[in-house]
Amino acid sequence: MSAKGERAKRSLSSSFQPYLRVIFFVPATVLLIFLVVYPAIQTLLLSFYHPSGAFAGLDNYGSVLGNRQTIDTSDWSIPYGTLINNFLWIAIHLPLSLFTGLYLALTLQKVRGASIVKSFIFLGMVTPMIVGGIILRFLFDEKSGIVPRAFGLLGISGLAIQWTAYPETLLFGLIFGSVWLWVGFSLIVYSAGLTTIPRDYFEAAQMDGASAWQTFRKVTWPLLRPTTLTVVTMTILWELKLFDIVFAATNPNGGVGGAADVLALQMFRYAFMAGNFNDAAVVATLLTGLTLLVSTWMFKRIIIGKGKNAGRLQRALRRLWARAKPLGRVLKA
Amino acid sequence: MMANGRGRLRIPKIPVRTVVIHAIAWGIGLLWLFPFLGVFMTSIRPVTEILNGWWVTNPFNPTLQNFQTAFTDPTTPMWRGLRNSFIVAIPSTFLPIFIASLGAYGFARFRFPMRDYLFLTIVLFMAIPQQMVAIPIFVTMINAGLWDTFLGVILVHTAWALPWILLFMRNFFQTLPLEVEEAARVDGASDFRIFYKIVLPMSLPALAAVAVLQFMWVWNDFFFAKVLLFSSQNLVATQLVPLLSEAGPFHKDQGILSAASIVVMIVPIIVFATMQRYYIRGMIGWTIKG
Repeated sequence: MSAKGERAKRSLSSSFQPYLRVIFFVPATVLLIFLVVYPAIQTLLLSFYHPSGAFAGLDNYGSVLGNRQTIDTSDWSIPYGTLINNFLWIAIHLPLSLFTGLYLALTLQKVRGASIVKSFIFLGMVTPMIVGGIILRFLFDEKSGIVPRAFGLLGISGLAIQWTAYPETLLFGLIFGSVWLWVGFSLIVYSAGLTTIPRDYFEAAQMDGASAWQTFRKVTWPLLRPTTLTVVTMTILWELKLFDIVFAATNPNGGVGGAADVLALQMFRYAFMAGNFNDAAVVATLLTGLTLLVSTWMFKRIIIGKGKNAGRLQRALRRLWARAKPLGRVLKA
Repeated sequence: MMANGRGRLRIPKIPVRTVVIHAIAWGIGLLWLFPFLGVFMTSIRPVTEILNGWWVTNPFNPTLQNFQTAFTDPTTPMWRGLRNSFIVAIPSTFLPIFIASLGAYGFARFRFPMRDYLFLTIVLFMAIPQQMVAIPIFVTMINAGLWDTFLGVILVHTAWALPWILLFMRNFFQTLPLEVEEAARVDGASDFRIFYKIVLPMSLPALAAVAVLQFMWVWNDFFFAKVLLFSSQNLVATQLVPLLSEAGPFHKDQGILSAASIVVMIVPIIVFATMQRYYIRGMIGWTIKG
């Protein structure tokens, strides 16, 4: 026993009923295999077959990607198609919600009652997204919605309309509206990230006569890098998996002319409304490809890190686990 | 800071900057609350009063009529949606916590070949979208006679929750001191006894954090429910909301829809309000102090 004291640091001695230990893993393994691994592989396979059961190769991918519902660049006007819409969401919603959350986290540090304000803003994250979509629809109602009425008061009659009835206002309304629902996430994660930065850093910066902007640029922002990485990954994953909001705010077709259509909704429509499992599987596989790309990118960024000596897998993995924790909540949403 | 340097005024001078910051922060906070206020105001008033916006308060006749209508709807009453949501969400919270904690303890404490690679794979499962498994699960559930049953949805939610709870609990178990467990082992306790009698009780805060997150996640879920629950008596609360907005040739009125929305979201909001500490901790993880 004393000889392997070093090893005992991380694991209990295994001299004791080692075979019984398998039981710890059995229930989880069974469920994961039957309800995650098997269905995922099955979906992947489905995407390569015709509905008739004949092998299709990449035919389905060709037809789905060639479909205007997926990518519509014919005239570069709305609808753009689901794939482009999801990217639009990332391009607009990600920076907006990230920087709003960061700005609020920094500001609220010096504000009385900050925790109440945080709770208010976080309500959007607690609300079921299906209700979130309904609320967005209310907000954009021509007569009883506050957004068109506010634009009406400002004299911008072009936006004092039923937003959900026009492709442009529908798409961008939902993207901006989902910022309202999601800012709470980056706010909370950044707030927690800020507490990990030692106060001395800011004091030192202040003594050196750094301006608020310089302090942010040279101290806060670099030290928040891991936090930013988490927020970016999680937000992109959320934007890719978007379903409830669009479903509730519009209809299963993604609103007028499919203006706000997204991949997850397209998959649902193909599979459970049109009954075309194979095309639905293609959409699902594309979506999964994107989410896996983003997640592995994050894992890689963390594993490779900055230093050259971070290559040892064990150490890297340990750091990975330590940092990957906040993944829990949102990855599965 | 700048304004304070001057003299020794007895009344502390509040810098303009501070006032501005407070105004902005509270302004944004209230702005964020505004849409919720709108839903609430819409829900407690007859639809004729809110045609021109819920902020018009003349006339203002608060009523619970909308809630009553939502609760007594002949085909999809809200009370049944709520009941079904609880029937699904409660087992879907505790089952995966138990199963995943068991596995997580194994990953944290036992040594076996390929352990870390296996674990990495399971963690990557978290990135898989629900759409990737929906079709085969739908078909399997029909074949197994579990489609349109609560058991089917509970099983899916349970399996789906395992990767993140495994990750979360394994990380937590690794922070627990080994000495207590080793001492119990010397006394002849088995792995299971140690797990139940020592490890689980020590992990209650972490388990609470997981429970809060998982409950809310299942409660708020719409996609799996939509795929797996079909009969009107089996629908969960989130499914009733869009139904209420689509039913009939005309959109049902906003009042009833708002009332239903409030009822559906009040549960996670109460959970959040009472368990906020655990919720935030669960979300942020245990490394960053929250």
